[in-house]
Amino acid sequence: MIAIIDYGMGNLYSVSKALERMNAEYMMTSDQEELAKADGYILPGVGSFKDAMEILNETGLTQFVQKVVSEGKPLLGICLGMQLLFDESIENGEAKGLSLLPGRVIRIPDSVNGESFKVPHMGWNDLAIRNESPLLAGISSGYAYFVHSYFVDAADEDTLLATASYSVEVPAVVGRGNVYGTQFHPEKSSELGLAILENYINLVEGEKR
Amino acid sequence: MITKRIIPCLDVKEGRVVKGIQFLGLRDAGDPVELAKFYDKEGADELVFLDISASHEGRKTMVDVVEQVAAQLAIPFTVGGGINSLEDMKRILRAGADKVSLNTAALLNPDLITEGAGFFGSQCIVVAIDAKYDDQLGSWRVFTHGGRNATEWEVVEWAKEAVKRGAGEILLTSMDSDGEKSGFNLALNKAVSEAVTVPVIASGGAGNAEHFLHAFQEGKADAALAASIFHYKETSVKEVKAYLDQQGVNVR
Repeated sequence: MIAIIDYGMGNLYSVSKALERMNAEYMMTSDQEELAKADGYILPGVGSFKDAMEILNETGLTQFVQKVVSEGKPLLGICLGMQLLFDESIENGEAKGLSLLPGRVIRIPDSVNGESFKVPHMGWNDLAIRNESPLLAGISSGYAYFVHSYFVDAADEDTLLATASYSVEVPAVVGRGNVYGTQFHPEKSSELGLAILENYINLVEGEKR
Repeated sequence: MITKRIIPCLDVKEGRVVKGIQFLGLRDAGDPVELAKFYDKEGADELVFLDISASHEGRKTMVDVVEQVAAQLAIPFTVGGGINSLEDMKRILRAGADKVSLNTAALLNPDLITEGAGFFGSQCIVVAIDAKYDDQLGSWRVFTHGGRNATEWEVVEWAKEAVKRGAGEILLTSMDSDGEKSGFNLALNKAVSEAVTVPVIASGGAGNAEHFLHAFQEGKADAALAASIFHYKETSVKEVKAYLDQQGVNVR
């Protein structure tokens, strides 16, 4: 059973529908007692880092997420949910994140070596696979749909599972141990995105004891 | 590398697609979800649904359409038309749309852009601009209410203002080119695209695959939108993309 953590900052409908289409068992709640029964988690997120962390901190979901991860349960952060996995962000002033992965979230540069780039980074971009991971099983290339103005400046190369080339190498899929994240919305990224969700479902099912 | 996007636009009224669409072999040509699926299969990068419902009931129906599209498709889509408040945006985005497009409401109340961007993030907020050349102004003027009312705004200035307020994308329609099928308004697109830091979607005037190439190369557009040439099968998303690929444009 996968739990989508509902803390009021997500576009939960499309991800839940994607899980339904794949016949995955899931729940969607903010109730920690209910959440504790799940085998793995999805942390969604749309909006600003600071607002999201404030809600997670106020509701005690920060500690909850850190606890389930330390117990070894898989967690997948999507979009802003992926950025929250890291140490801190400078979006709308500095804010601390969940610190499950090392790195900070900064604005995408709009110019590099005299070449200008539109920000937000918006549209379909192809992925370069950087490290092997069960989340990317069977995936060697493909396009994902990005829409974001901030990116993760990852402190550790090993956490980069796939990147997309823009003004910088944008971390597209990250992961270490049982913590995973995708900068793009897999449920909006056609075949490649759905394959990643499918891999995550299998990974969570495999964790069930 | 990021690709150039091809975006079919569907006009939805009271929950049905309108504007005489000629799709053979589809069970129900007026069903937005069936058409969305068709375009998805054709390789559309994104879809825009324009809600042209006049009634309150029709607007509520639109939320159902958004839910159905989000439930069955794995590509992003934008919903525009009749979005006047933060509450309207919330309803549409929670139902599964990725972005909302503001036009008249943004001009009447520019704070709506600021509030929307603050609450949902800039990436969710598209500002749609209807532009028409004005001899007196010596430039393009912004129009509201589906092109009926002239405003005081010059297009490039309004685009800059919208971006300053948090718009994450500009959907730029040339009223002069719209329906003419003689190509996108390249000068207009280039002027806006070079003036703002966010992506610009060119709209109005697509007649063939070559027009898309010009929109990207000379018009500096990041995406291009069309309705009738796709609906009437004068060309297809697939054909346009094959042509662009051949011409060295990066497409999915």
